[in-house]
Amino acid sequence: MSTQDVTRLSAAQLAGLIADGSVPAVEVTQAHLDRIAAVDGELHAFLHVDTEGALAAAAAIDADLADGKPLGPLAGVPLALKDIMAMRGVPTTCGSKILAGWRPPYDATVVTRLRAAGVVILGKTNMDEFAMGSSTENSAFGPTRNPWDTTRIPGGSSGGSAAAVAAYQAPLAIGTDTGGSIRQPAAVCGLVGVKPTYGGVSRYGLVAFSSSLDQAGPIARTVQDAALLHAAIAGYDPRDSTSIDAPVPDVVGASVVGDLHGLRVGVVRELTGEGYEPGVQTAFDAAVAVLTELGADVVEVSCPHFRYALPAYYLIAPSECSSNLARFDAMRFGLRVADGDMGAEQVMAATREAGFGAEVKRRVILGTYALSAGYYDAYYGQAQKVRTLITRDFEGAFGSVDVLVSPTTPSVAFPLGAKVDDPMAMYLSDIASIPSNLAGNASMSVPCGLSEGLPVGLQIVAPPLADDRLYRVGAALEAELNDRRGHPLLTEAATLQEVS
Amino acid sequence: MSTAAGITRADVAHLARLARLEVTEGELETFARQLEVILGAVARVAEVAADDIPPTSHSVPLTNVFRPDVVGPSLDRDEVLAAAPSAEDGRFRVPRMLDDPA
Repeated sequence: MSTQDVTRLSAAQLAGLIADGSVPAVEVTQAHLDRIAAVDGELHAFLHVDTEGALAAAAAIDADLADGKPLGPLAGVPLALKDIMAMRGVPTTCGSKILAGWRPPYDATVVTRLRAAGVVILGKTNMDEFAMGSSTENSAFGPTRNPWDTTRIPGGSSGGSAAAVAAYQAPLAIGTDTGGSIRQPAAVCGLVGVKPTYGGVSRYGLVAFSSSLDQAGPIARTVQDAALLHAAIAGYDPRDSTSIDAPVPDVVGASVVGDLHGLRVGVVRELTGEGYEPGVQTAFDAAVAVLTELGADVVEVSCPHFRYALPAYYLIAPSECSSNLARFDAMRFGLRVADGDMGAEQVMAATREAGFGAEVKRRVILGTYALSAGYYDAYYGQAQKVRTLITRDFEGAFGSVDVLVSPTTPSVAFPLGAKVDDPMAMYLSDIASIPSNLAGNASMSVPCGLSEGLPVGLQIVAPPLADDRLYRVGAALEAELNDRRGHPLLTEAATLQEVS
Repeated sequence: MSTAAGITRADVAHLARLARLEVTEGELETFARQLEVILGAVARVAEVAADDIPPTSHSVPLTNVFRPDVVGPSLDRDEVLAAAPSAEDGRFRVPRMLDDPA
């Protein structure tokens, strides 16, 4: 099988071919490493490629297979890991100069579970510094480019993970989502991305940005592949105090294509219309019509407090980040800038000035302001009340519908550089995805069409611990749209054909 | 400190000191301007949050979690110190913490 053939297969197909001995895991890993070598000079999806570690992990799978040992469900399937996850002995930078060269002495729980499932980790992917951004342009190591159009952003903060999957450098990737950082890059790269229920996937070893919002999840080319990865990483972890001790919903079972008869779908009025590009709105409306044709009962619902979600988020997330990033103090790990007889305070300030980029500094200062005496009640306190109101809006809506839908993002991928000097414009990229983070809901972005030749994502939202509903709706929509188009959306990415 | 309507360079300098960030003159200017825009936009949270609305800090109920009081493996000391900016005699070596007595 040629390199191109291998890299175009789904994770489910690869796992099957490896398990029955048709293709060695080492060959699969090498094919993806070759693909990275061929295209990543242009895309810059990876910050570090762990060639040696990946080939060794693949060889171990082949040895286990030869010995007749039981294999994990994703044995030999390669994956791209967002560089925010600690991986023992492998550089973990979070896209920041302050962590350049740091090699963690431990594995994140997500990494431990990936290894247990037999997944081969190819390397670490580029991201906005400490996951703060919507374009991957805030990486200290240079931006990632969108495989659909290399003059455009791949989304963010998990832009490297999304670009890697869209460019066939890996069939699977791990992203993290604090305000949309899995769903928005998945949407603008034509992929499936899922933010599981908050507490559904352990945060142990996920470098914290905003602890009450951060959640890791899968990015994949198909709904079924996303489900397989979701199932591999989810579940209770005693090392995360916010981990939910409950059975993981049957997301793999739910990703088997069926019809949608009896399913009640709510279109969120506040997440459509003004502010959304006409082409995005058109693709979304067409996909909603398809849901109706598949048997779903579609109604419009109102969530009146959603327009306060973005303001609340930009108080809560910076507040938590100003506290979390205090750990980068130049004492125990990471960068230290010291000169002569500087005391600890001076060393901290000089190191943080040299090590953090502009967006991180902006948010640390904003968070410090929102938490400071005299402003706490007016800003952070009020934002927490808005969080309650948004949660109530969701609870009200889920009283009459099973899932909510909206466009994932207000626009398609924008040109690199278009919003770097205007933080508020950049923040608006996440206007539709933020409510789910504030309330802890499960959310998916699934490709629903093109606008101006670029992918549009449809967001599906389910109540906490009902992640399986995302997969039921996503699988049905994906199958129907592929059927009508005659092929998966991703095969229409022109640039990908040129670089292959 | 002034209100959200007018974030000054001095305000930013004060906040940066609190956050242990040494910012440049250029950053003071840029951040003051940008923070004013951002705060102007986020101040809208005050419009709806009435006194009788309880705050939400987390979407899941938080309770203190205890683990069984048994000894488990810790991180390897040498491996941890190898990642430190400076180490000596099996410990982190850090800059002077207190100012010299005047």
